[in-house]
Amino acid sequence: MSLIRIENLARHYVMGTETVHALRGVSLSIERGEYLAIMGPSGSGKSTLMNLLGCLDTPNEGVYELNGENVARMTDNELADIRNREIGFVFQSFNLLARSDALHNVELPLIYAGLPPKERRERARATLANVGLGDRMHHRPNELSGGQRQRVAIARALVNSPSIILADEPTGNLDSKTGVEILGLFEELSRRGNTIIVVTHEEEVALHSRRVIRIRDGLIAADEINREQRAVVGGAAVALSGITPLFIA
Amino acid sequence: MSRFREMIEMIRMALNAVRTHVLRSSLTILGIFIGVFSIIAVMTGIRVLQSNLESAMSGLGANTFQFQRSPAIHFDDIDWEKILRRRRFFAANMKRIQEKSTLAQAVSATASFGVGEASSKFARTNPNITGVGVTPDGFITQNWTVLDGRGFSEADDTSGRRVCVLGADLAEKLFPLGSPVGQSVKFCGISYNVIGLLARRGSLFGQSRDNFLAIPLGTALRLYGQSLSLSIQVQAPGRDTYQDVLEQARGAMRTMRRVEPGIEDDFEIVSNESSVGQFRDLTSAIRLGAAVISSIALLAAGIGIMNIMLVSVTERTREIGIRRAIGARKRSVMIQFVAEAILLSEIGGVLGVIAGIAFGNLICFLVQAPPVIPFDWAAIGLGICSAVGIIFGTYPAWKAANLDPIDSLRYE
Repeated sequence: MSLIRIENLARHYVMGTETVHALRGVSLSIERGEYLAIMGPSGSGKSTLMNLLGCLDTPNEGVYELNGENVARMTDNELADIRNREIGFVFQSFNLLARSDALHNVELPLIYAGLPPKERRERARATLANVGLGDRMHHRPNELSGGQRQRVAIARALVNSPSIILADEPTGNLDSKTGVEILGLFEELSRRGNTIIVVTHEEEVALHSRRVIRIRDGLIAADEINREQRAVVGGAAVALSGITPLFIA
Repeated sequence: MSRFREMIEMIRMALNAVRTHVLRSSLTILGIFIGVFSIIAVMTGIRVLQSNLESAMSGLGANTFQFQRSPAIHFDDIDWEKILRRRRFFAANMKRIQEKSTLAQAVSATASFGVGEASSKFARTNPNITGVGVTPDGFITQNWTVLDGRGFSEADDTSGRRVCVLGADLAEKLFPLGSPVGQSVKFCGISYNVIGLLARRGSLFGQSRDNFLAIPLGTALRLYGQSLSLSIQVQAPGRDTYQDVLEQARGAMRTMRRVEPGIEDDFEIVSNESSVGQFRDLTSAIRLGAAVISSIALLAAGIGIMNIMLVSVTERTREIGIRRAIGARKRSVMIQFVAEAILLSEIGGVLGVIAGIAFGNLICFLVQAPPVIPFDWAAIGLGICSAVGIIFGTYPAWKAANLDPIDSLRYE
């Protein structure tokens, strides 16, 4: 069974008198452990697809099965629980809570999952250490560099051991060197068995994935295997030294 | 269990949010503080006066009432002329009541015969000592305890002996070193033999009730004339017979004063209960005023809370989006913001209760009464604060919970 199965997914928005068809019927299936890039120019519908994949939005038509569950028909509370359990978001602008330190930011999904404080803290610590921020746990976002902030965000995405890591332009706000480091981290996570979906408009970023889906005008224009996958070696290995089986679990 | 944990977490988040905006939060809290402070301060003050009154009211004993010409506590619109035209009570009246009140346990009469200076061979006082004449039973009906020596006997009264008992404050002043019993005291130019010392009665509304000298009523009538105005006290044997005793004595008094049936009494009947009741009536206007003022203050403060919460929701739109994205249910967001509103309100409430109780008890120094902590009003105050937080925090919280996660994640 596929991790994600999408059939004829359509989403339109009504803006005043006009109806905007953001997605016009997309079918797709994604297997567990895939490293996938969704590409497309702005206005192509890739953000809409990402919102649907991330259970932030529900489609007007079509089927979206995640782990065999039809997400398209779920209530708001059920969607919130699915986001909490199954999906880890990584955003372009990091989206950390500015007033909380790194540890608390990473703990946040576990709070909503209802874990006891001690266990929460332990897991958050371990996850932060795994992305190489063991010595930055009590720093606030404004005391961290862009790369470090994105690592905190990745740790937050990972801490609940989700089925999918959904990254929206994860290197968009980073310089190229830091961007490469983050991509290396994704590669390592992928190698450990995580399913990663990266939404981007940069070819450079997409080249690191193993499968590239191109969206245009609300439809899939191309779905191709990336035969010459680019790898980042070295940086990632350093970043992930001391990794625990947590991610695989 | 996880619900409980979530609540703890929400409270911690709310604390954090309040702490981040100290100035803004304190101004909001100030509104609530004023509202709670005003009601608690007034209620505490009244409670102090009332407990002082209850413990010390007019010095009557248990199940005792008193006939007198003018009411004990009165309102402004009293008809003084009517009261002054009322006939006085004389010794004969007391005798008659004594005969007719077959159910009563004790009947006594008192009359104050002068205010002046008292002196002993050791000291002299300011001319502010009250002299009262008392029949022997007056010790019972007025709840006087003789600490040293004895009270008056029938013989003291009937033969008009020049003996006296002293209130505690007066005794202390005139005889600072030893017992006054057996000594001599001069009051308004006449010497009396001290035969007893009374136990301290404390003060009422800041006035000492131990700064007096009592002589037998018979002595007072002889020295100062038969026309002294008397008050007559009647004691019932118990609570169950109180009403019967009261009606019997009242009937006797009406007959004696020739009050036609259907006409109201031309005298007042005063007891501890009636005085406390009158005090309650008197203060009810003050209570109502305090309640109105603090309701208005709390309403204004509540609107302030709502305002600040709406600002806070807008400012934190992105945070709300993040929380929703990582799995917060609408309910969790809602609880978080309501908790914040309640917390703001409760901080103001707790400070208001503490300051109100402290301020209200300042009156203790004025009336020399023990301080009072009105737990019921404290609880009511805090309860109202929670209600204010919930009422005025719900709409902003609802707004926060119903923000679209996608839009709020993009919010700049």
